[in-house]
Amino acid sequence: MGRYSVFAVAREAFRNHTGWQRAWSSPEAKRRYDVIIIGAGGHGLATAYYLGKNFGITNVAVLEKGWLGGGNTGRNTTIIRSNYLQDPSAAIYEKARSLYETLSQDLNYNVMFSPRGVMMLAQTEHEVRGYKRTAHANVLQGVTTEFISPERVKQLCPIIEIRGPRYPVLGALWQARGGTARHDAVAWGYARKCSEMGMDIIQKCEVTGIRSEGGKVVGVTTNRGDIDCDKLGVVVAGHSGHVASMAGFRLPIESVALQAMVSEPIKPCMDVVVMANTVHGYMSQSDKGEMVIGGGADGYNNYTQRGSFHHIEETVRALVETFPMISRLKMLRQWGGIVDMTGDRSPILSKAPVDGVFINCGWGTGGFKAIPGSGWGFAELMAKGESPLTAGFGLERFREGRFVDESVAAGVAH
Amino acid sequence: MLILTCPYCGVDCDETELGAGGEAHLKRHGPGSTDEEFESYIFQRENPRGVHFERWRHAMGCGKWFHAARDTATLEVFGTYVAQAFEPPQEIKDKITAKRPGWTWRDVA
Repeated sequence: MGRYSVFAVAREAFRNHTGWQRAWSSPEAKRRYDVIIIGAGGHGLATAYYLGKNFGITNVAVLEKGWLGGGNTGRNTTIIRSNYLQDPSAAIYEKARSLYETLSQDLNYNVMFSPRGVMMLAQTEHEVRGYKRTAHANVLQGVTTEFISPERVKQLCPIIEIRGPRYPVLGALWQARGGTARHDAVAWGYARKCSEMGMDIIQKCEVTGIRSEGGKVVGVTTNRGDIDCDKLGVVVAGHSGHVASMAGFRLPIESVALQAMVSEPIKPCMDVVVMANTVHGYMSQSDKGEMVIGGGADGYNNYTQRGSFHHIEETVRALVETFPMISRLKMLRQWGGIVDMTGDRSPILSKAPVDGVFINCGWGTGGFKAIPGSGWGFAELMAKGESPLTAGFGLERFREGRFVDESVAAGVAH
Repeated sequence: MLILTCPYCGVDCDETELGAGGEAHLKRHGPGSTDEEFESYIFQRENPRGVHFERWRHAMGCGKWFHAARDTATLEVFGTYVAQAFEPPQEIKDKITAKRPGWTWRDVA
């Protein structure tokens, strides 16, 4: 696989772009691997990449039921931030954010990380207090954020109506090095590097069963036959409960639909990401000019990858008040993804009750931003059996009452 | 939009009229129970991709809680029944078995 560079572009320009190779190969599955990862989304591929890069484990297969990056990796609103309240969250999300800074160079693949700044609007007194508390916590955690005034909000994002009427902007939590990245490119970039290291990415390979002997995992059953492994990583987001039931355990997770939409493309008018958690809406402008809008999650279990219409209505209604200029915009596309919600709205990166099985799930509505950090920590957990990044996110925390409670700090939109 | 029939007032309710209450028929563990039992009651969920029993409240109507049987993969509703039930009525079970051969009621929690 050739290296991407300005010289490669120039070389190909002279030969009508006939020399570009496939970014990753599509081999048949072998009979046995050291490690199998179920789920070729961002988290699964990042895990495989850091297993190879940091621990030299390259006899790895990544199995995917559909196509690479076709789940929530391709369905999110691409926001990257790390301004969380609790220490374990700040650690893993800040690790992820800092890895995003150099990810394009690391992967030799342009993930278009754009640290344009993320602003979380405080529109009630309670939010003002909450975000000030988060800003103080972030200082102690080494995450650079600040609480800014409504005037500064208006200065950074002139299209915001800060006076209300119903929910005036009282300030905002501002993370200048937060931003967005190209979501597909993150999955593709990791996939390309994994393939380069000799790992097998097997698409259209659905896992139908997990085989274990004497309480230890020995392999999986798939629609392409049985594959053996020593260690199994389950990284399947919304379908975690479904896969866990194959291995014979339950998870503290409920799957619900979360929706997003994009408008028709317009000229650049907004160069920051704005989140308004009180009214359940967040918005940024893509490089193509579309306004990318995310809303709230459904309140009931759902696996259909489409959500309720009234959520779209509520989200748009809320955003029109804060951004009056979008009221004439036409919406181009709307879609839904299945998010896996835990009781404390924090992820699970843990050993599973079956020996050799590791589970990475529960990222809920905010998994994209965590992809590099999640992969980094989960790879360490799978290789060494423990990782400082994942220590706070064990499955046992629900039994022991040691929650990483972000449900209050992060709100729904997260 | 999801439409459920309130078993008390007989109204076909849009989901905006209802409040979702999560998985139904959980075994409620009380004082003196073990940590595992509390974990099971408070956090562990079946979360199936398919037939699901759940609690709903007719929040913008009579205000009462009721049960619904629904498929989370197709959004098909099999029926609703009163809150004072430890398991779904036989007619709903029969309806589900007819449409989902092989499905059986089990005490999950």
